[in-house]
Amino acid sequence: MRLAGLYACAAVAAALPILFPDNYFVTVVGISAGIRVILAVGLNLLMGYAGQISLGHAAFFGMGAYASAILTTRHAWPALLAMAAGLAVVGASAWLLARPILRLRGHYLAMATLGFGIIVHVVMVQATRWTGGPDGLAGIPPLNLLGWSVDTDLRWYGVVMAATLLAVWLSLNLADSQVGRALRAVHGSEFAARMLGIDTGRAKTRIFVVSALFAAFAGSLFAHQQGFVSPDSFNLIVSVELVTMVVLGGMASTFGAACGAIALTLLHEGLVVFEDYEMLIHGALLMAVMIFLPQGLFVGLSQATRRLWRAARRGG
Amino acid sequence: MSAIAASSPSPAPLLAVEALEQSFGGVMALAGVSFQVPAGLIYAVIGPNGAGKTTLFNALCGFYAPSSGSIRFDGHELRGLPTHAIAALGISRTFQNLQLFFNMTVLENVMVGCHLRAKTGLLAAALRLPQVRREERRLREWARETLALCELADRAEQPAGTLPYGLMKRIEIARALAARPRLLLLDEPAAGLNDTETLALRELIARIRATGVTVLLVEHHMPLVMSVSDRLLVLDYGSVLAEGTPADIQADPRVVAAYLGGAVHYAV
Repeated sequence: MRLAGLYACAAVAAALPILFPDNYFVTVVGISAGIRVILAVGLNLLMGYAGQISLGHAAFFGMGAYASAILTTRHAWPALLAMAAGLAVVGASAWLLARPILRLRGHYLAMATLGFGIIVHVVMVQATRWTGGPDGLAGIPPLNLLGWSVDTDLRWYGVVMAATLLAVWLSLNLADSQVGRALRAVHGSEFAARMLGIDTGRAKTRIFVVSALFAAFAGSLFAHQQGFVSPDSFNLIVSVELVTMVVLGGMASTFGAACGAIALTLLHEGLVVFEDYEMLIHGALLMAVMIFLPQGLFVGLSQATRRLWRAARRGG
Repeated sequence: MSAIAASSPSPAPLLAVEALEQSFGGVMALAGVSFQVPAGLIYAVIGPNGAGKTTLFNALCGFYAPSSGSIRFDGHELRGLPTHAIAALGISRTFQNLQLFFNMTVLENVMVGCHLRAKTGLLAAALRLPQVRREERRLREWARETLALCELADRAEQPAGTLPYGLMKRIEIARALAARPRLLLLDEPAAGLNDTETLALRELIARIRATGVTVLLVEHHMPLVMSVSDRLLVLDYGSVLAEGTPADIQADPRVVAAYLGGAVHYAV
């Protein structure tokens, strides 16, 4: 029962390509949505549960992507090994960064992570010898899982959906454990959390690292799936979009963050037609959600449905 | 002052504070406070507003770094330890201004209180290994027992932020108790309570002591303090004015003068 939502998502993910075979929206948009769900669910662990703001998460996404891109194209590493190396590098950097940065609170923490994101982006653009500079790196080989090459859209769809469900499962487990409660305690009152024996600095550092690892994992999948990376995919706008997904869906809810990611992906696709007005409509929708559903789309709507349901039952 | 030394009851007190000083810039919030709390007692700290009671609590918990002196708890020096390490030694507290986790249910609040007894690692929790499931059940059971002791069992699933003020204060006590402390610090638990709630609080404090927990209490509600405490410490301007049983304190002319004579800092 605890994982009912996860099973429902798995069923939908499996049914879509059967119901709509060779459909651009299912495979291509689905892959893009899945990668964003991994990013949003990871960021939600840090933002929604622990209450710490990161405006530099695109940096970890990019580091994961570039690690895979550089190691496979320049050094001919196998894809999985490159992915593991990327996770290790991002995990170590996040850990080194966390101790000094998480001492900061509120706006200062946001500014520090923002600065980190900008620095990483500058390195991607400037360190041409390694990263290919603004032109990026092309020719990244597809993922190869024990001889099974992930080289069609449908195969990619399957791999990304499996990875997405894995990320959601991990996040649900963490949230529904003492680790998750300790994080929400840090969010609720740091004084009280410490007084109950929670080492708040350690708890924040560890979830920052976990959150960065989710982003690096998504980045590596992204690089292999696209076959090409450039700094544009990991700039400040992307970091802001990630925060938007978490807030849009509803903080401190795994499915909320996932819904936020899917909603924003679909919005992008839907607004392609109105290219010139995309940012305008995007902004207006965000404002509307913040004003009318301040708890986010998912949490707000599910509460409203529950109220209606109860009212209907009482009425009947 | 000689009365203090003569009346120190047991040879090894649970908590021994020696010449504790806490200054903020030029202000001496605690100017050399010494006292001992024997195990198993309800020990109250009283004094006019600004006497240094909450400062004392914050120094005990490691929220402040005292300028000098020592705080020994069961043989351990607490000065310099981080708060979570002090909690691990067996000290828990409630707060004068509520520090409840409003983003959780009552049960979850109390389950956070069980944190010191949880061993779940990050990876084990993420993979939800069998031992994590067992531990979840155990924590839930412990939390429900504590809720029952505090007469909150029927509120377990409600969001903590939606309850009346008196109940929220009680949840803070339950949460602190869930850590199974040996010393429980209560910072003005009766503030904002009505008479019925205060009476229930008195019973709860007595029940807590009966489970073997030593209670250190900061409180302004004199009828409660005098009826529930075994010993009292009176602070005034950051110094110890008197120490003794409720009867001693009520008869002490210095205390009467501090509370009633000095029109400037009158407190109930």
